Formats: sequence, structure tokens, C-alpha cells
Amino acid sequence: MSFILRRLTFYAVAAWVALTINFFIPRAMPGNAVQSIMAKFPDLQPSAYRALEAMLGVGHPGSIWHQYGSYLVDVAHFNFGTDVTQYPAQVSTLLGESIPWTLTLVGTATVIAFLIGTGLGIAAGWRHGGALDRALPGLMFLQAMPYFFFALILLELFATKLHVFPLGQGYGEGLVPGWHWAFIGSAIYHSLLPALTIVLTSIAGWMLQMRNVMITTVGEDYVIAAQAKGLHNRRVIFTYAARNAILPQLQGFGLALGFVVSGALVMEIVFSYPGIGELLLNAVTSNDYPLMQAIFLVITFAVLVANMIIDLIIVFVDPRARAREATR
Amino acid sequence: MTAVLPLSADAAALPQEDAQPGRWRRMPPKAKVGAVLLGLFVLAAIIGPLVAPYDPGYQNPAPGLSLHAPYGAHLLGTTQTGQDVLSQLLTGIRLTGELAVIVGVVATALSVIVGVSSAFLGGVWDELLSLFSNVFLVIPALPLLIVLLGYLQTKGQDATILVLSGLGWPWGARVIRAQTLAIRNRDFIAAAQETGEKSWRIIAFEIVPNEVSLIAASFVNTVLYAIGASVALAFIGVADLNSWSLGTMLYWAESQQALELGAWWWFIPPGVVVALMGAGLVLLNTGIDELGNPRLRDATSASRIAGHWLPPADPTPVLAEVSQYRGKLAGFVHSFSRTSLLDETEKGQLR
Repeated sequence: MSFILRRLTFYAVAAWVALTINFFIPRAMPGNAVQSIMAKFPDLQPSAYRALEAMLGVGHPGSIWHQYGSYLVDVAHFNFGTDVTQYPAQVSTLLGESIPWTLTLVGTATVIAFLIGTGLGIAAGWRHGGALDRALPGLMFLQAMPYFFFALILLELFATKLHVFPLGQGYGEGLVPGWHWAFIGSAIYHSLLPALTIVLTSIAGWMLQMRNVMITTVGEDYVIAAQAKGLHNRRVIFTYAARNAILPQLQGFGLALGFVVSGALVMEIVFSYPGIGELLLNAVTSNDYPLMQAIFLVITFAVLVANMIIDLIIVFVDPRARAREATR
Repeated sequence: MTAVLPLSADAAALPQEDAQPGRWRRMPPKAKVGAVLLGLFVLAAIIGPLVAPYDPGYQNPAPGLSLHAPYGAHLLGTTQTGQDVLSQLLTGIRLTGELAVIVGVVATALSVIVGVSSAFLGGVWDELLSLFSNVFLVIPALPLLIVLLGYLQTKGQDATILVLSGLGWPWGARVIRAQTLAIRNRDFIAAAQETGEKSWRIIAFEIVPNEVSLIAASFVNTVLYAIGASVALAFIGVADLNSWSLGTMLYWAESQQALELGAWWWFIPPGVVVALMGAGLVLLNTGIDELGNPRLRDATSASRIAGHWLPPADPTPVLAEVSQYRGKLAGFVHSFSRTSLLDETEKGQLR
């Protein structure tokens, strides 16, 4: 089996596990979810009630395998049922409205943080014990902060006290979302502070990891040999040391992605950003189980796809993986 | 929060409670700072609720006491309903710390059990357990935690501990599995097997003691994860909101608009405490890492040769050696586990 195919199979298994967990949670948990929803929303229509029952597996419409089958078919058609809080809106419609916001903000900010952090890590690892290296404990303190708390502090400083940035929301009031400059400009302006939060809090993690691998790599014989040959420092750093050190860093990126995305979602809540995080908060506060479960699936699939892309990048940058790909 | 993944955690020694002064001096400075910070919080967690000046939930009806900035009688000020922030903070440190330590112990125990048995059983069992851990590593934990806890009618401390422990073990299991594989092929294990030691004895007295530092690092990481996750969950409101933890403090501060009211003394202290706890744990872990890998140590141990800082030589690295005698089915399952990816990039030309 080729490298890429094996990785794809792994992600297929992971996706199936996530889907299956998602299916069994409402059926295995104690208490009647439908009743607690009905208690919160007494004027829900009978049709919605029946749809909820079917989705959460109450009242046993058909065998469990039959339910499982129709659940998989529903998910494949992006049919996550009807939302109870904003009845009769479809859960998939709500998700469709929020995903672009989160994807743009969290995606861009995470990639920027990764690039800057890796760059700083290369520098800190190369000049081991230098000024940048000594700043690391301070950065670790930033990193140990929950994203949402750092967001609170930035809001307090830049919005409440200095009035440089808006207090939240995705775009200015009175603007109609669309592809025109007034809206895009406002959206970018509103996303700067949330993006800054993600970048500042996650940089230290990438930097520390890259620094550690880099320090070990710099001590390798081939790097010393490259220096002995009198190669330019820049060439030694990037072509010899960093190029080898980046592989564990990329793997770490994939594994830590779940943490980063989760943290970013909670941060969105602080900024009242119209993304998935806000949607998740609404789902939690109103016991909106269908929405909660759909969000879990969406986030999981996003992380899986991101991991898949990282694996492809690894194949691209690692000649060993490429070589295996060619020979098999 | 980003978890710092310890890439080389095969530390040789572990700082022990009853360390001699010499050993303390030899500890990396980062570890010292971390240990002192954590010591302070452990102390606060133990005596905090006893010395807290007020009942954290007591709502002082006195006018003028709602939302008061810090002063003599209320060292960290009061909340909107006249509750004492310092008392809430001291109670919160106990509750959050308690949860994190219990989750750390339970999840690390699970990591050891899964990791060691995976490496020791080998074959199909190893591959299945590895696959299982790897799948749970890529599935993001927080949304799953929210869904799981969301369905529970009582979202108390016990439920949170249970769910957090249940999802907190895969990373540790993976690291410990790799280390066990490496140790398993050493001569002293072969010697123990030759003398007829039982498997459980070899595991308990030969293998696990050799992994104490790794287990410690994994414990520290799990505690870090538990603090982060429990605070985030409480902040969203997925917790027992009548209890006083650092997360519920932040929840109430946010939901009662501490920020808009400019009540910095209300939301800054719990957040700073969480950050300091986290920083202490990260520093301690980095220190443990440096003990085992001298190259990571501060440049004081490096020597300057021809204008370039050369780190001290590496101790013999312990790398995972994946068994070559794998059955067909096992090989198949292994081929798409994430460890196979790590195996293949670590093996061969890298060293």
C-alpha cells in the first residue's frame, strides 16, 4: 500500500469512529434528551418532536442498525435535522452561515502563527542561549493562558480602554454582508483582534517545539560538516538544519490542531464572533442537541481534512516519503 | 491551548521530593521556577479554603459593595453581587487543582496500562490499541467533551473528571508504548525472562520503574490538559455553575459583563492563576526534558568553538525499535496508524 493511500485509510477509520460515537452518544446517555428539549421549548410543533425522536433514537423507530444506516445516509447528504432553537431553520443552514467566518479567521491565524512560531524556533534553536531563547519562558506564560482569557485582556486594553478596535461582532452595524469593500474592510477590521489572540497565544508552542528539534539537529554531524565546508550560514540553517527539523514540527502541527481549533472556538465567544464557537455556545445554553452534535462532526471533519493536507505536505517536503511513494 | 508535545522525554532522572540540596542545585533553572510556582498553588489549594476571608457564594447586600475595586477588607474587590473575589479565587484553586490532579492520575494510569500492554502484547493487539489511541488523538477533544457532558443532566465535578480522564490518555499511551518497545529488547529484560520471571513482574518491577520520568512528563501534560479543558468547559457553561472553580468564576465574570463594567479585578485574577499554573507545568516539563537531553539545556553547558556554540554530546538516545517480527494482519493494521508515519520518518537516514 502506498504511503498516501495508507494515510487516507487511517483518516477514513477516524472519520467512521467519530460518526459512530456521534450516533451512539444520545442513545447511550442517561436521561431523556427529547423531553428536556420539550421542556425548554414547549411550543415546538409535533413534526419537530417526531424528527427529534428519530434523530436521538427515542421511541425506537426500527432496529438500531436501521437507524444507524439512515443516520449515515443523512450525514452524507449534510442533513443534520431541524434546529430547535431557531425552528424551523435547518441545522445545516446555520452551520453554512458560521463556517466561512471560523474557517477564514482560525485557518488564517493558525497558519500565520505556525509560520512565525517555526521561524522564531529556527532562530532560537540556531542561536541557542541567545536573546530570543531567553525570552521563551515569557512566551510560555502567554501560551499557558486560555485563549479566551487572553482575548478578554486584549478586549479590555484595545477596545474598552483605548477604543482602537471594536468590542466584538464580525462586522460593523448596518452593513449588509456581501462582496463589497465596505463590508470586507469592516470584517477584516473586526477580525484583527481575534486573529492577534490566536497568533500570540499559540506562537510559543510552535516555537518551543521547533527550537528543541532544531537544537538537536544543529548538533548533527552533517550540519557541522556543512559549516566546516564553509557554506554560508543561511544555507546551513535552512537547507541543512531547518529542512530536517521541520518534519517533526509538521507532525506536531497536525496533532495539536484539535487543541488550537477548540481554543479558538471558545475565544470566538468572547468576541461574539459570528462563527462556529458562537453557535456552539448557543447550542450548549439551550440544550440544542442536534446542533451540538452537528458541530462536533463538522469540527472533527475539518481537523481530519487539515491533517490529511499536512500528510500530503510531508510527502512533498520529505524526499524519503516521496521515494517510498515512487518505489512501491 | 496548545499542548507542548514532549518530543524527547526519555529523561534519565526525576527530581524527587526528598532531593538532597545538591540535586536541587543541579536541576535546570526552568524546572526550579516551575516547581516553586506549582508548590505555591498546591499550598493555596490545601490551606486556601481555610484562610478564605468570606464564603465565596455569600452575596453581601450592603449597598456600595457591589462591584467594588480592591481595598483593605476585600483584597481583590467584590463582584456585582458583593461576593469576595479573593475567597472565590482560593476556593477555585482548590477545586480546579483537585480536578486536574485526579484527571492526571487516572488518565496517566490508563496511558501506562494501554501503552505498556500494547507494547508487551505485540501483534494484532498492539496494532489495534495503537490505532485506537491514534484515532482519539486526531479527534478534537473539546467538542466531544461538550457533546458528552451536554447530555448529562448533572454536570458536576465527578462527571467532568470521568469524561476528561476518558479522553486524556492517548498521547501518553503512545509515548509510553514507544519507550516500552525500546526497553523490551534490552538485555536485562531478556535476563529476567530467562530466569523465569512472570510477565506481570517484569512489567511492574523492570519496565515501569525505567519509565518513571516519562510517566511523570505524561502526568504533567495531562494535568495541563485537564486545567485547560475544565476551565474552557466551565467558561462555556458546561459545568456545575453553583460551584466555585476558576472556570466558573470566569463564566460568571463574562456573563455578568465584568468586562463592559471595567471590573478588571473580577476576571483578571482567575485567568492569571490559570496561566501561572499552566506556565509552571510547562516549565517543569521543559526542565524534566532538559535533564534527559543535555542539548536542550541552557548555553552555559555549551562550549564556544570557532565562533559557534556547540552543545554537549548527546547521551545514547533511546529510540523506539519497532519489532520486525510482525504478523500479516498486524502489519496491515499498523500500516495506517499514525505511528507508522513516525516510524518511517524517524528510521533510517535521520540518524
